Amino acid sequence: MESIGQLFEQIFGAEWGPMLFTLSTNVTFIFAIVVPLLLGVAYLTFAERKIIAYMQHRVGPNRVTFFGISWLRGWGQPIADAVKALMKEIVIPTGANKFLFVLAPILTIMPALAAWAVVPFSAELVLADINAGLLYILAMTSMGVYGVIIAGWASNSKYAFLGAMRSAAQVVSYELAMGFALVCVLMMSQSLNLGDIVNGQQGESWASFMHWFWIPLFPMFLVYFISGVAETNRAPFDVAEGESEIVAGFHVDYSGMAFTVFFLAEYANMILVATLTAILFLGGWLPPLDIAPLNMIPGFIWLLFKIGFLLFFFLWFRATFPRYRYDQIMRLGWKVFIPITIIWIVVLGVVMQLPESLRNSFPLNLWF
Amino acid sequence: MLENYFPILLFLIIGFVVGAGCMVGGWLLAPNRPDKEKLSAYECGFDAFEDARIKFDVRYYLVAILFILFDLEIAFLFPWAIVLEEIGLFGFVAMMIFLGILVVGFIYEWVRGALEWD
Repeated sequence: MESIGQLFEQIFGAEWGPMLFTLSTNVTFIFAIVVPLLLGVAYLTFAERKIIAYMQHRVGPNRVTFFGISWLRGWGQPIADAVKALMKEIVIPTGANKFLFVLAPILTIMPALAAWAVVPFSAELVLADINAGLLYILAMTSMGVYGVIIAGWASNSKYAFLGAMRSAAQVVSYELAMGFALVCVLMMSQSLNLGDIVNGQQGESWASFMHWFWIPLFPMFLVYFISGVAETNRAPFDVAEGESEIVAGFHVDYSGMAFTVFFLAEYANMILVATLTAILFLGGWLPPLDIAPLNMIPGFIWLLFKIGFLLFFFLWFRATFPRYRYDQIMRLGWKVFIPITIIWIVVLGVVMQLPESLRNSFPLNLWF
Repeated sequence: MLENYFPILLFLIIGFVVGAGCMVGGWLLAPNRPDKEKLSAYECGFDAFEDARIKFDVRYYLVAILFILFDLEIAFLFPWAIVLEEIGLFGFVAMMIFLGILVVGFIYEWVRGALEWD
């Protein structure tokens, strides 16, 4: 790294060299995040079809081979899908506002990708180690709603408009429950930095998973994860794109690559929610048991394992639950999740006011 | 301190480029043969009865207002949660009073049926 920096300085001079060096290293790191992320998104669609297929006693996509390797049957499917989508015509309806219609998918994927800037993959592996990491993530996930509203409005179709309204109201409602759940995490961790939050979950004893926030904040863990499912408009909360009533919601009139970009953003958001749940409640890169063979495995692998575990739940929910009705979704968000989270904030606050000796006499000493 | 935000700016730009690149790629590689029927709005086979810029349910508006209020509440809770250990009992009681006032508002909207969807 040092020598490359000096090389830059020799080529571009002492003034431009370091600047261009930081620029190029940052761009390299960003691509090192974005490219695996987009590949992960592609193969998440494949995993989804396969896993749901196995849950329904069939095999799922198993025809498209990967460069003709016969035992990888089906693994070429996401690539074939991407190429097909690229070759499809992007239809822009006559009544649509052309500029906003084209802008909406870009506005959806931009925050979905940019939110990854502050995600720590292990103790050192983080692109932007900013103090307000969690606030930044919250801001980025809120930005995604703009793309949805603009898409629904710009299409100039009643179905798209209705889908966008539903989707926006739903995302916004569950964002509140998510925010309140995060307040509890912050009370435990005393920091907005995601790396510090993971470090705060490290305990002294070897039973590492007992120190993770999912035990003291168990209701918040559930609320956060379910809100995450609702916020990404996934089944069973997918009324916004309820294909049997309002055809496909806000992206009815989108086709070809424009549709694919929405699709990518939705799946990237799914992976983001799973990652955040792993970081905030399941100890991020920490091994579940701090003993010899397990803590030798790099933290990065543990984080990936936890993300995969949580993503499996997304697919499992979709294969299991019937779709909620819209009034039931709004009731769950406003009348169940928000009261639960407010009560838990108060309970946690009271516990934190107890004197140290009293706190330690409870089994709570395991937690605090 | 602020230079930590430089990668984020770059990431936003690259996120935009990825999205825009996909769209441009689709526009370059895909055919473009529009006709009048293809470009009409999709309403399950019928011609659109009216313009889509129609009146909508006032409850969406209500949800938006309530969201603004509660999001503001979260904005106040975040700094409080981080320094709760330092501000101690006084800070805790102060926030409970604030939270209590907002909960009164929440109960009011609940009782008035602002959260009902039927």
